[in-house]
Amino acid sequence: MVENRPWLTLTRHILLWLGIAVISLPIWVALVAATHPTSAFVSGILPLWFGDQAVTNLVAVLSNDGGLGVSVSATRMLWNSFVMAMVIAVGKIVISMMSAYAIVYFRFPGRQLCFWLIFITLMLPVEVRILPTYEVVANLGLLNSYAGLTIPLIASATATFLFRQFFMSVPDSLLEAARIDGAGPIRFFKDILLPLSANNIAALFVILFIYGWNQYLWPLLITTDEQYYTIVMAIKRLMTSDNGLIPWNLIMTTTILAMLPPVIVVLAMQKLFVKGLIEQEK
Amino acid sequence: MKKTLLALSVAAGIGQVQAATEIEFWHAMGGALGEKVDAMVADFNASQDDVVVNASYRGNYSETMTGAIAAFRSGEQPDIVQVYEVGTATMMAAEGAIYPVYQLMEEYSNGFDQSAYLSTVTGYYADENGNMLSMPFNSSTPVLYYNKAAFDAAGLPDRGPKTWEEMNTFGQAILDAGYDCGFTTAWQSWIHLENLSARHNVPFATNDNGFAGLDTEVEFNGDVQIAHIDQMAQWHDSGIFSYSGRTSEGSSRFYSGECAMYTESSAGYAGVRANTDFEFGVSQLPYWESQIDQPQNTIIGGATLWTLRGQDDDHYPAVARFFEYLSQPDVQADWHQFSGYLPITYAAVELTKEQGFYANNPGTDVAINQMTSVAPTANSRGLRLGNFPQIRGIIDEALESVWNGDASAERALNRAARRSNEQLRRFERANR
Amino acid sequence: MHDKSVFQHRLLPYVLVAPQLIITLVFFIWPAGQALYQSFLVEDAFGFSTEFVWFENFIYLLSDPEYWTSIRVTAVFSFWVAFVGMALALLLAAMADKVIRGSRFYQTLLIWPYAVAPVVAAVLWLMLFSPSIGLLPFWLSKVGYQWNHLANSVEANILVIIASVWKQFSYNFIFFIAGLQAIPRSLIEAAAIDGARPFRRFWQIVFPLLSPTAFFLLVVNVVYAFFETFAVIHATTQGGPGNSTKTLVYKVFEDGFIGLDLGSSSAQSVLLMVIVITLTVVQFRYVEKKVQY
Repeated sequence: MVENRPWLTLTRHILLWLGIAVISLPIWVALVAATHPTSAFVSGILPLWFGDQAVTNLVAVLSNDGGLGVSVSATRMLWNSFVMAMVIAVGKIVISMMSAYAIVYFRFPGRQLCFWLIFITLMLPVEVRILPTYEVVANLGLLNSYAGLTIPLIASATATFLFRQFFMSVPDSLLEAARIDGAGPIRFFKDILLPLSANNIAALFVILFIYGWNQYLWPLLITTDEQYYTIVMAIKRLMTSDNGLIPWNLIMTTTILAMLPPVIVVLAMQKLFVKGLIEQEK
Repeated sequence: MKKTLLALSVAAGIGQVQAATEIEFWHAMGGALGEKVDAMVADFNASQDDVVVNASYRGNYSETMTGAIAAFRSGEQPDIVQVYEVGTATMMAAEGAIYPVYQLMEEYSNGFDQSAYLSTVTGYYADENGNMLSMPFNSSTPVLYYNKAAFDAAGLPDRGPKTWEEMNTFGQAILDAGYDCGFTTAWQSWIHLENLSARHNVPFATNDNGFAGLDTEVEFNGDVQIAHIDQMAQWHDSGIFSYSGRTSEGSSRFYSGECAMYTESSAGYAGVRANTDFEFGVSQLPYWESQIDQPQNTIIGGATLWTLRGQDDDHYPAVARFFEYLSQPDVQADWHQFSGYLPITYAAVELTKEQGFYANNPGTDVAINQMTSVAPTANSRGLRLGNFPQIRGIIDEALESVWNGDASAERALNRAARRSNEQLRRFERANR
Repeated sequence: MHDKSVFQHRLLPYVLVAPQLIITLVFFIWPAGQALYQSFLVEDAFGFSTEFVWFENFIYLLSDPEYWTSIRVTAVFSFWVAFVGMALALLLAAMADKVIRGSRFYQTLLIWPYAVAPVVAAVLWLMLFSPSIGLLPFWLSKVGYQWNHLANSVEANILVIIASVWKQFSYNFIFFIAGLQAIPRSLIEAAAIDGARPFRRFWQIVFPLLSPTAFFLLVVNVVYAFFETFAVIHATTQGGPGNSTKTLVYKVFEDGFIGLDLGSSSAQSVLLMVIVITLTVVQFRYVEKKVQY
């Protein structure tokens, strides 16, 4: 602190608390809403204090929910989301480490071409090529499958880019030393590069897990079988009820379930994640 | 119960490994309606040994249709797909993809008689010679629901406004009684333009509302429509009308008693009954006395079942058999009474009457009467527009710009008509 | 690229790049090529009649006032999402940076919305703004204002902007905090000794040093507003009322998946690709500059 100005410090704390209040308001209301019966939302104003239906709502959502727009349980959808997030996160890390390793540590014909083909995907989010990608997935018969949910989203270059930057910063002396010890490319990767990358992998995992978990448009398009619904995409569908009455209590229960896993991951790995996020963009 | 039936049908399938033909049926009925469809299919599967129908829910109407078309393009199409009414032109134009129901039934079903079906329902889905192209499944028509308690408080009689002229006085009385909202609506384009045109026997589009060809132009910017939307805009300012959204978001405002009247699909009956704790009444959709003495029938909305080509030959007799089952009076009457959708055969109407359903559930026959009291004209048979989903969107946008005061009714409808015609030209171009 | 010591191996590198290359080719290069090809076609939904029309779809789009409306809507929306999101994040980051006690605690409470999906943000704010039961319309009605974002386009825009900003705030915050912490204390102390008051110090010394971060965030926010907010719009306004919240990406979805107009939808995808590539090139230029610096 350069100087001490009590009123300024106070203003800072007040502003921060104000910011936290605004940020948290929707969550507060969601938590409260999840504890009331549906009838509390017909008219008037949202309840501001907790009711006594939390367990009832949770059970209704987790087991099965005839009253909602989908007939599959939230448990199943949480599982689907988990599978999708894990496969995307792990898959991206694995294939991008492999390709980054090849591009940085080998010289081979077509290397430059591979580099560009992969890096061009940096530019295009899935949203702009969604229609033809959908057709490809349909033609491959991958609609309504975990493979269709995940594989097309693994094709992105951000992770490869990150590992490439990192590998290039690894001192050459390590490679020379490994060579003298007679280590081949696979042993060098396993014994030296992999341990060095541990922090990067962990940070990237958080980011990619959230990326996978929060996917919306893609699962919305390629899952028509409820058994493959993810919890994030299903939230919108829950709002289309038969009779126009929105069961806010059940929707909010589902919403809280949908954001809990990624929020926990972020908070648990806060330090790594913040570091990883910032380094990813350098 | 459902499990037993399922077990039975599975057992039947094992017993006769050779015989059973499996057909795929994609539908867009979620929630309670979806469970009802599952039960109907299970009953059918249990009723015979030759056919097993696999029903699967494929999201909302547009998702189901898009999914089926994409599947067709990659050769994975279902045998039967449920398509909403605005998708009719797209399906019809794809002659190589669809198996018209009248041909299917003539080929594989004896005793198929098209005149057994409600003409106001089948007319919407028939070709220019009146032949049924798809099997009606869930059809509804707009009616007006009113809150009896609110009417009582406002000193109004126990009936909805018969005419839109009357809406003026009814709505004002409701506001005077302390309500903020006289009426709200669901599906504004369907109710306040498409059905408005039919009810007043004015065209919505040229070429007999598009039935006679692809070179159709919309005409919903006529005097009757402009006058109605203009009046609605004034009502929106005064509170007699209040806008709630493009689909049925207005339901909760009627349930809660905030709005005293609600123009909505007849299929909304079950929801209204389940969610209101006041007495409510159902009446026919109002009309303008100044425009027409005897109002025309209203047109339907909802969806039909289309048969897709490209399956093995033995699938089609199976599809015909399933359609026969769905058309049986008891099956139809049950579906009608459960869901509020119209029965599709006259026999089912009679059966429902005999069972005393209309007497016990006042208001449930309003839609039927409104549909069948007069013979449909070219203007009230239905609509057949290409790119209709986009046109609905264009109309929604136009009406919203009227409600929020950005444009006059005339300007907004003229603009919407111009944009709709562009969509029709694009469709004509892609399908010629 | 500096010259690195490398392995010599004939087969291994190909095996290593193969998975990523195959996925890229099948799910990226091929579909992108398809989009390009389809943008030159007029086709019915089932694919029975296909006509090659050169640039007609593009001409139709660019002469359609609705498309320009959508461009304008996207631009206005992106501006507000980026501006409000970054301004608030900068303000709170500047506050949190100076706080000695509890800085970490504040950070934790401010960064978690990063993990929330855009659609979840949308549903939360939709409930808060629901005209019949929402808190905010209720409070507004106390001061005589009737909130109805279904009928009022300005209110609809406010809703989608708030929901989008709420979700993106944390990301901006994390980067501004990192940017602020990288500024040498000695610089600020020197200014303080010169007698500059905190507010002036911020604008004259801190802010210029933050401008690379701010520029980077601007690009990220614009890309976010373009693409990731699809979920927000799909779950709340669906482009309405009128077409006041129909962004370019939402229009691609609507025309392609609901309207089944493949030619127009593909042409829109191609135009979007051009926009994204431009943004990426701008960003790369900036990154290059930073590297040289």
